[in-house]
Amino acid sequence: MVKRIDVRGLSCPQPVIMVHRKMRKIGTGTFAVIGDDDTARENIRRLARDKDWTIKEKEAGEDFILLLSKA
Amino acid sequence: MEEKGDLFTKVNTFFSSRTGIIFVGGFVGIVAAILQYEGNPGNMGFCIACFQRDIAGALGLHDAGVVQYLRPEIMGIVLGSLIAAFVFKEFKPRTGSAPIIRFVLGFFAMIGALVFLGCPWRAFLRLAGGDLTAIMGIAGLASGIFLGTLFIRNGFDLGRARKTYPAVGLVLPAVMVLLLVLLVWDPVYSDGTNVILKSLKGPGAMAAPIAISFGIALLVGFFAQRSRFCTVGGIRETILIRDYHLLTGIIALTIAAFATNLALGQFSSGFEDQPVAHTDHLWNYMGMLLAGFAFVLAGGCPGRQLVLSGEGNADSAIFVVGMVAGAAFSHNFRLASSPAGVGEWGIAAVISGIFVCAMIGLTMRRRG
Repeated sequence: MVKRIDVRGLSCPQPVIMVHRKMRKIGTGTFAVIGDDDTARENIRRLARDKDWTIKEKEAGEDFILLLSKA
Repeated sequence: MEEKGDLFTKVNTFFSSRTGIIFVGGFVGIVAAILQYEGNPGNMGFCIACFQRDIAGALGLHDAGVVQYLRPEIMGIVLGSLIAAFVFKEFKPRTGSAPIIRFVLGFFAMIGALVFLGCPWRAFLRLAGGDLTAIMGIAGLASGIFLGTLFIRNGFDLGRARKTYPAVGLVLPAVMVLLLVLLVWDPVYSDGTNVILKSLKGPGAMAAPIAISFGIALLVGFFAQRSRFCTVGGIRETILIRDYHLLTGIIALTIAAFATNLALGQFSSGFEDQPVAHTDHLWNYMGMLLAGFAFVLAGGCPGRQLVLSGEGNADSAIFVVGMVAGAAFSHNFRLASSPAGVGEWGIAAVISGIFVCAMIGLTMRRRG
């Protein structure tokens, strides 16, 4: 079971801060982010690109799930 | 249908790209200079704080006769964002993330902004017009944002918002439509006096034609919604995660406004006699420190709060209402500056505001 961060309902900059914190904490590996804010989604996408994490995205109703991983 | 989807994806990719944010920042800078050319006050093509203050005055919430006008730029930004949000299926009504705290933050953000005399957009527009007193304001803004990021790093968070009814998200856009109707209609009482107040002199009497102001602001709102343009976010993200994306938008705004000002003969460099500005450098700095602190705790600059309101974010709408209330208090109780200098109670208000923001930052923390 992949660890999941729930950023639903949180506004900027909380989602990207939580994801950034998680990235720094684990260094490498895989985790998922569930969110509902399009701005947060773009920010996390950009953060992943900048920090060389790969990102897989899927829709889950009104929410989205981002699967982030780094080898 | 698929073609439409492709077009949406292309537009989204453009606006979320580096080129997209430079385009939007540059657009805001150019049209701000043009709005000034068309009649808006000096270095005030756009000023979210000043324009909300003018609206407060037009509605009689304060009696500073020189700053009363229903500024259509504010309505245009909210409604442009609303249109973009509907077209791109991002109208997401939500509320419940500490609304009263957002009101208080908006209130004090406005008090700080009116001690400096401008919102973050105008701080950069003032610089782009050659007003060197803006440098201390921008330094204060950055310091306030830095202060706020210390609280964010230590777990400050206003809590989650919840999804809610569309009606909740439509309240502020509906108010904007109503204000626009009142502006165009300009009703009079039976004795002939005007219902909506309008300055006969001073900055409130200086305005570009309604159609130009509103049309340009609609585009700004639309583009800002797509690109997430935010001046406070630009500085915040630079400090917190070394992400310079939004910052490039601010730089583009400043350069574009500077170039357009030069082209239109509106550039005049110096500290003295700058339009709607004063030379009390310490309180230019401190006013914007308070504003930046409050904006960052609330999650974005006042322009961004208008855009979020258009997306259905009722917490941002409360922030906007807090700013309007803050403007009324600023002028009713001599907190606001004027070109002559800081208001009688401006310094006390700024210090109180910084204290209140620090209390909010300290007491609203997520554990773990």
